[in-house]
Amino acid sequence: MAEITKLIHKYLRHEKKFPHVWCPGCGNGIVLGALIRAIDRTGFSKDEIVLVSGIGCAGRLTVYVDFNTLHTTHGRALTFATGVKLANPKLQVIVVMGDGDATAIGGNHFIHAARRNLNLTAIIVNNNVYGMTGGQYSPTTPYGARAATAVYGHIEQAFSIAELAVTAGAAWVGRGTVYHASLLDQLIEQAILKRGFAVVEAISHCHTQFGRRNRLGGPVEMMRWQKEVAVRVEKAKTMTPEELKDRITIGVLVDRELPVYTHELRKLREASQAALGAK
Amino acid sequence: MTANLTDPTNQGRPLLLQGNEAMVEGALYAGCRFFAGYPITPATEISEVMSWRLPAVGGTFIQMEDEIASMGAVIGASLAGGKAMTATSGPGFSLMQENLGFACIAEVPCVIVNVMRGGPSTGLPTHVSQGDVQQARWGTHGDHPIIVLAAATTRECFDLTVKAFNLSEKYRTPVILLADEVVGHTREKIVLPPAGTIEVVERIRPTMPPEWYIPYEDNLRGVPPMGIFGDGYRYHVTGLTHDVRGFPTERPDEIVPFMDRLFRKINQHFADIQMVVEDLTEDAEVLVLAYGSVARSAKRAVREARARGVKAGLLQLITLWPFPRGLLEPHLRRVKAVLVPELNRGQISREVKRVNQGMTRIDTLNRIDGRLITPAEILDRLVRM
Repeated sequence: MAEITKLIHKYLRHEKKFPHVWCPGCGNGIVLGALIRAIDRTGFSKDEIVLVSGIGCAGRLTVYVDFNTLHTTHGRALTFATGVKLANPKLQVIVVMGDGDATAIGGNHFIHAARRNLNLTAIIVNNNVYGMTGGQYSPTTPYGARAATAVYGHIEQAFSIAELAVTAGAAWVGRGTVYHASLLDQLIEQAILKRGFAVVEAISHCHTQFGRRNRLGGPVEMMRWQKEVAVRVEKAKTMTPEELKDRITIGVLVDRELPVYTHELRKLREASQAALGAK
Repeated sequence: MTANLTDPTNQGRPLLLQGNEAMVEGALYAGCRFFAGYPITPATEISEVMSWRLPAVGGTFIQMEDEIASMGAVIGASLAGGKAMTATSGPGFSLMQENLGFACIAEVPCVIVNVMRGGPSTGLPTHVSQGDVQQARWGTHGDHPIIVLAAATTRECFDLTVKAFNLSEKYRTPVILLADEVVGHTREKIVLPPAGTIEVVERIRPTMPPEWYIPYEDNLRGVPPMGIFGDGYRYHVTGLTHDVRGFPTERPDEIVPFMDRLFRKINQHFADIQMVVEDLTEDAEVLVLAYGSVARSAKRAVREARARGVKAGLLQLITLWPFPRGLLEPHLRRVKAVLVPELNRGQISREVKRVNQGMTRIDTLNRIDGRLITPAEILDRLVRM
C-alpha cells in the first residue's frame, strides 16, 4: 500500500459501510484526501478535531472520517461550530460546506462567522450547482449556464465565495482547486493553523449535474479546465485585469491579524469578574 | 440594571425579580454556562441579563445573527459539554424549529425558553398570549416526543428552569419552557435558594473504553450515555435517521427500533416528567384547568367561588407535553364540569376533550386580544356552571 493511502486509511472509519455516496470522479474525495493530509501534518490528534458539515454532497464528508463529527442541518454548520468552539476553545473545529450550503441558505451565517472571527476553519467545496438534489442552480452558478432550474440559461450573477469572505472580514482566505491537490493540502493546513476565521474555497466539479448539462465533459475534462483557468496569486499580481478575466486566482488571497473572538471573550470575562467583584 | 443580583450578600434576602430575570437565575443555578440568542420582545431581558451574568461565572453569552443560528450554537455548545440555553418569543420560536428537530433526533440536551406574545406572525409583540402551546408540541417536522413546561410565577420561572435543565440532561432531549408576556415581565418577590438545596442533574456520560462505546445503543432507561466532543469518545452526530453507531441508515429494522426508543425514553418516565399543582381539588365539583399566567387568575377565582359556596378547584398544569392525562383522568371521572381558560382558541382544551371521552362536561373560556383573562371572568363562569 502506498504511503499516502496508508495515511488516508489511518483516518477512515472502517466500520462505516462503504462505498461512499459520491459519484465516481467527484472532487469531494480529493477534498477529503487533502483535508486528511493537512490535519495529519498539523499534528492534532483525532480527539482534538471536530469536523462539522452541512447538507449536500459535501456535507456527507464527515461520516467517513474518525474524528468527532457533526453532520448538521442545511446551511447551519457554522452556527453549530460556533457553539462547539465557544464551549471548548481547545478543540480544532473544521467546517465543510458546499456552495449552496454556505452561501445560499447559510449565507447569513457565513458572513457573520467571518465578521465575528472565531478560530474556525471553513472549507467550501464549490462545484457551481446543487448536486445532491439533481443539479439546480446555486449562488455560484455562472450567468448563462444551464441547470435543472435554469434550462434556458441562468439569469442571475454569481457570488465569488473567496471575495465574499474577504469582504465579510475573514482573517485568512485561500482558494484552490481539486486539480491542484497538493496546493489544496497546503491551503487547508495553513487555514487550520491560522488563528482566526479561515476560509478555503475549493473549486471542484460536478460532472454528473453541471458538466452534463453544460457539455463540459467528464471529470477529466472539467479538471483540465481547472488547470487551464487557474493562476497562482503571485503570478496574478503581474497580470492586467484583461488578462485575468475568466481566470481563477489560487493561493493565499488574504492573511491578516484580527482580534480573535475567544481572546476577546476572555478579556470580557476578566472585566466582568473585576466589575462585579468590586461591588 | 439589576447588577445587585450578583452581590453575594443578596443570598437569602428577598429580591424583586421579573420572571425573565428569574429564568436567568434558574439557568445559572442549574449550571448553564452557554447562552445564544437574538433580541425579541418580550424575552429580551433574558439575553440582556445573561450577557453580563454569564461572563462573570466564566460562561459564554453570544448574540447570534438570528434565531436559527442561536439554536444551532446552543446544540453545538451542548455537544461540546456545556449546559446551553436560548430564549425567544413566537417569531423566533418558529425559526428555531428546524434545529430543534435536530436536537430531538440527535438527542442533544438543551433548554429553549419561549416567552409567548400574540400571533400569528409579528402579531402583538408586547401583549400576552398562550398561542404557542401546540407549536411547542408539533412545530418541527416529523414525529418525536418533546417536553414542554409552563411557568406562572417568578418563583416557578426559577424552579422550572432548573427542572427544564434537569429533564433535558436526564433524557437527552430539548426541553421547552413556556412563559408568557405577563409572567416574563411581572416583578415579584423571590428568595433565591442557596446552592445545593435544589437537585441539579448532570447527563450520564460513557465510562467504558472508547472502542466499546456505541453512542445510540438502547438500554433499560432508553437514554444512551452521551459522549462529549474532545473526551475521547469519537462518534458521528447527524440529523439523518441513524443506526446505533450514529451512522445514517435507511433500513426499516434499524429505523423502527430507533424511533421506538425516542418515544419510549420519554413515555416510560411519565411519572418523573408530568407535573401539576393541585389547589383545592380534593372535594371540587367544578374544576378549572389552567397554566401560565391564566392559572394565577384562576387561583383567585377559585377562592372567590368557594366564598360563594361553589366547590371549585384548580388543576394547574406545569407539564403541558407530554400531556399529563394520568393526573387529569381521576378528576374527569369525578367532577361535574371542567373549565379550561386559555389565551388562545383552545389549544389545551382540545387535548382535555380528547382525554375526556365524554366523562364530564368541558367548557372553554378564551381570549386572543392580548389581554389577560381576569379572575372576575373565570368567577362569572364558575358560579354559572
